[in-house]
Amino acid sequence: MMRAVTLLIVLLSVPVLGAIEEYPFESDQDEARFKKLTYEMRCPKCLNANIAGSDAPIAADLRREVYQQVKEGRTNDEIIEFMSSRYGDFILYRPRLTLATFFLWFTPLFLLIAGFVIVRRMMAASQAATPADGSLSPEEQARLKRLLDQGKDN
Amino acid sequence: MNRRLKLFIPIAIFFIMAGFLLFGLNDGRNPNLVPSALVSKPFPKFTQPSLYPEMGEFSREDFVGDILFVNIWGSWCPPCHVEHPYFLELSKQEDDITFIGISYDYSMVEDRDFLAERGNPFDYNIVDLDGSLRIDLGVTGAPETFLVDQNGMILYRHIGALDADIWREKFVPLLDQIR
Amino acid sequence: MIPELGNFSLVLALSLSILLSVLPMVGVYRNNPLLMTLSRPLCAGIWVFMVVSFGCLAHAFLNDDFSVRYVASNSNSLLPWFYKFTGVWGGHEGSLLLWVLMVASWTYAVSLFSRNLPLDILARVLSIMGIISVSFLVFMLLTSNPFDRLMLNPPADGTDLNPLLQDFGLIVHPPMLYMGYVGFSVAFAFAITALLTGKLDAAWARWTRPWTNAAWAFLTLGIALGSWWAYYELGWGGWWFWDPTENVAFMPWLVGTALIHSLAVTEKRGVFKSWTVLLAIAAFSLSLLGTFIIRSGLITSVHAFAVDPERGLVLLAILLVVIGASLFLYALRAPVVKGTASYTMTSREVFLLINNILLVVSTAGILLGTLYPLIHEAINGEANMVSVGPPYFNTIFLPLMALLTVFLTIGSISRWKKTSTAFLKDQLVKVAVASVLLGIVLPLFITREVNLSIFLAVSLALWIVFGIARDLVTKSANKDSLVKGLKSLSLSYYGMQLAHLGFAVIILGICLTSHYSVERDVRLAPGQGIEIGSYEFIFQGVVDAPGPNYRAEAGTVDVLKNGRPYMTLHPEKRTYLATGAVQTEADIDVGFFRDLFAALGDPRGEGAWVVRIHLKPFVFWIWFGAFLMAAGGVTAILDRRYRVRDAVVRDVPPEKAATGLGMKSPVEAS
Repeated sequence: MMRAVTLLIVLLSVPVLGAIEEYPFESDQDEARFKKLTYEMRCPKCLNANIAGSDAPIAADLRREVYQQVKEGRTNDEIIEFMSSRYGDFILYRPRLTLATFFLWFTPLFLLIAGFVIVRRMMAASQAATPADGSLSPEEQARLKRLLDQGKDN
Repeated sequence: MNRRLKLFIPIAIFFIMAGFLLFGLNDGRNPNLVPSALVSKPFPKFTQPSLYPEMGEFSREDFVGDILFVNIWGSWCPPCHVEHPYFLELSKQEDDITFIGISYDYSMVEDRDFLAERGNPFDYNIVDLDGSLRIDLGVTGAPETFLVDQNGMILYRHIGALDADIWREKFVPLLDQIR
Repeated sequence: MIPELGNFSLVLALSLSILLSVLPMVGVYRNNPLLMTLSRPLCAGIWVFMVVSFGCLAHAFLNDDFSVRYVASNSNSLLPWFYKFTGVWGGHEGSLLLWVLMVASWTYAVSLFSRNLPLDILARVLSIMGIISVSFLVFMLLTSNPFDRLMLNPPADGTDLNPLLQDFGLIVHPPMLYMGYVGFSVAFAFAITALLTGKLDAAWARWTRPWTNAAWAFLTLGIALGSWWAYYELGWGGWWFWDPTENVAFMPWLVGTALIHSLAVTEKRGVFKSWTVLLAIAAFSLSLLGTFIIRSGLITSVHAFAVDPERGLVLLAILLVVIGASLFLYALRAPVVKGTASYTMTSREVFLLINNILLVVSTAGILLGTLYPLIHEAINGEANMVSVGPPYFNTIFLPLMALLTVFLTIGSISRWKKTSTAFLKDQLVKVAVASVLLGIVLPLFITREVNLSIFLAVSLALWIVFGIARDLVTKSANKDSLVKGLKSLSLSYYGMQLAHLGFAVIILGICLTSHYSVERDVRLAPGQGIEIGSYEFIFQGVVDAPGPNYRAEAGTVDVLKNGRPYMTLHPEKRTYLATGAVQTEADIDVGFFRDLFAALGDPRGEGAWVVRIHLKPFVFWIWFGAFLMAAGGVTAILDRRYRVRDAVVRDVPPEKAATGLGMKSPVEAS
C-alpha cells in the first residue's frame, strides 16, 4: 500500500523552474506592467525562457532591475529601450518592427489576402464552368449534342 | 503564372528554407552565444568601490586613455578558476594594457582570499556592489571579458573562460589595430 | 551480449527495409505479383526486429548495464524501475530507436489492415514507407547508435536521467507524439503513390482518411500531453511557450487538420485533389523538419536534444532527398486537370477551403516565426540577433483561430455543392444572436466584469456548441423520434461534432485560464496564509523527507474553501543524490473547474518561506478539450464505411466517376 502511495506521489509531483521571490507592488497596474515586461523579455543566458520563468542569476538580476524601474515610474517603452540597448534586441521576445522584421510581421497577412483572392478566383472559375441554376454549361451542351447525334446515327 | 510553373513553388520554398537550415548548421555557430550589444559603444559610466575597502572608490574617469582588459569574475565561478593562471601570465606580458577585475557582490571575502592565495593579475579590483555595472555592461554571467580601446570604445566581449587560443584568435587582431 | 543482439537486430531491420523499398516496387513495374506480396511478410519481419532491438535496449536499462554509453548517460542504479524503462527514450539515440519502432509499427499496421487495397497500390505504399525506415535506420547506425559500448572504462554508475524527465510525462508524451508524427507517413506514402500511379480519386481519399485521422488523433494527444507536462514541469502556470520544439510538433498538427478536411472534400466531390496531395506531403515533411530541428543543435531550447551539427547535416541530407524528391514528383505529376465538379460560393467546399487557408497561413506564420531568428542572422550577420517569442505568435495565431471558429460552424452546417443562403440564415441567425448575447451576459453575471477577449472566447465557444446542437436537431428532424433520428447519424458525423466540441472546450479553457488565473508569491511564516477567491491557503511549515533517489524538504499548505477545511498541498524542494541538482516540486490539485497550485521558494529564516500559490480556473479544459478532439478523430475512424468488406458496386454519379481501381463507396447520410 505504502509503495503504491509513494509511487503515486512520485508520479504526480511536479518540478518547478523559475525562482519564486516576492515582488510586492502597490498598484495592480504596476503589477500587471511588471508581469508583462518580465514575460516578454528573454533571459540572455537561458535556453529560451523569459526572465519571469527562469532560475538563472542573470534572470533574477534583471527581474530586480525591472521591478525597481517599474516602481520608479519608468514607462514600458523606457524599460524596453534600457534593456535592449544593453542586451541587444535578442532580449525582446516581441520583435521590434524594423525594415528587417517587416516581412516577419506582415507575411501572414499577405498570405491570408492571397488565400482569399485564390478562393474568389476558384469560385469564379467554377461558376463559369457550370451555371448556378444547374443547367448545362456550354461544353456540356456541346457534348450532349454529340452524344445525341451519335445515338441518331446508330 | 503558368499553372505548371506554379506547381514548382513548394519545392522552391523548400530549397530556400533548406539553404537557411544549412547556414544554421555552420560550424562554429553557437545559437546560445549572443554577441554584445555594446560593441562599438562607449564603456558605461560607473562609480563602484574597490574590492579592497582601503582603496576607496573607482569611476570611469580613472581609466580614460588606457587600453582596458575588463574581466567579470567571482571566486564562486568554476571557469574563472580555469582562466585565472592564464591571466597572471597575460597581465605580466601585456604591459600597455590595464587589467581590471570586476567581481560580483556575492562573496567579497572569498574573492580577496582567492586573489591572495592564487595571485592577483589585475591592476585594479572593483566590486559591482549594487549590480548596476553588470547590467550596464550587458553581462549575462561570469566569466566575461571586455576589450576597450584608448577612446573608451568597447571592441569585443568574450563569454566564458579565456585561454591562449581565444586571445590569439580574437583579441590580438583587434589589439594590432589600435596599438 | 544483449546490446550486441540489439545492434544486430537493427542491422537486420535495415536489410529487410532495403528489400521492402526495392522489391515490391520492382514487382509493380514488372507486373510480378510475387514480389508485391512479399511486402507483407517483409513488414512483419522489420517490425519483429525493431521490437527485439527495443527490448534489448530496455533490458540494458533495467539491468543497469552501464557499459552501454547511452544507458550510462541516461540512467542510474537508484532510478526507480519505471524511469529506467522510459529512460530508453529519454535521450537522442533511444528516442530515435522509438521513432523507428513507430515507423515499423505503422508500416506493419498498413500491411495488416489493407485487405481491400489493390496489390499494386499496397506494394507502392509499403515500399515508400520502407524508404523512410531505411533513411532513419541508416542515420541511426551511422551516427546515433544507442548500443555503442564504453569499452575501456565502463563507469560504476550512470549519470542519471535528467531530473526534469523523472516524471510521469516522460512515460506518455513521447510515445503518443511519435505515433502522431510517424503516422502522417502513411498519408504521405499514399500521396506519393497517387502521384506515381497518376490516379487521384475518391477511392484513394477513402483509403487515406482513417490512417490520417488516427495519426492526427495521436498527435493531438501527444501535443496535449506535452503541454500538460510543461505545465507541471515549469510550475509557473505556463503550458505553451511557442518554443521551437513545441512549434515543430504543432505545425504538422495544423496541416494535418487541414488535410483531414481536404480529404473529406476530395472523397465526396473529387476536387482539391492536388491540394490534398500537397498537404499530405507537407504534413509529413513538417514532421521530418521537426525531427531535424530538434536534433541538429540548430536552435536554442531547453527541450532540444544535445546533439551536434554533424548529425544535423546527415538529417538535413535525408530531408533534402525525401522532401525534395516528393515535391519534385508533385510538381511533375500533380494533376493539371481540375476536378469537374462545381460548387457555389456558399457550398461546403468553399468553407472547407477557407478552413484550409486559415490553417495553412497559421502554419506558415509559425514556421516563419520559428525560423526567423536564423534567417535574420543569415542575412544581417550575428551582430544584432533577434528573438521571436509568444507576443509574435499569439498576435498572428489567435486572430486566425477566431476566424476559423466563425467559419467552422457555418461550414459544418453547410451542404456540398450548394447551400441556400436562406437555409444558412434559418439555421444560424438565432445561434449567432444567442452566442453573442450570452458572451456578454454570462461573464457579466458570474464575474461582474466583461472584456473583449472574454466576450470573444465565450461567444465563439457557444457559437460552436449551439451550432452543433442546432445541427443535431435539424439532422434528426425527419425521423419519428429524436432518439431514432440521432441513431441514424453516422459515427463519422459524431466524430466531427465531438472534435469540434473539443475545440470549443479548448477555446474556453485557454481564454478563461489566461484571464482569470491568480498568482501570488508571498513570504509566509508557519500559520500565516492568503486568500484567493473563495479559497484560503495556510502555510504550515517545512519538514525533512527522504525519497528514493533524493533528499527533500516537504512543506504543507492547508487549503480552506469558504472557511471550511478542504484539502492539503505538499510542495517539496528536492536535492537529487546522483547529481546534487536541486529542484522545486510543486503540488497541484487538479480539478475539473480549477487547479490549485503551491510551490516553495527560498527559506527566509525562523521557519518562514516564500511560497507561490496559484488559482487557475478551467485550465483542465485545455487538455480535456484536446482529449475530446482526439476522441472525435477516433470515433470517425470507427464509422462503418471504413469497414465495408464486400463493396457494393453501384452506379456512380459523373462527379465521382473514378478512373480508379474498383473501390466504390456506399452513399452516406452526411
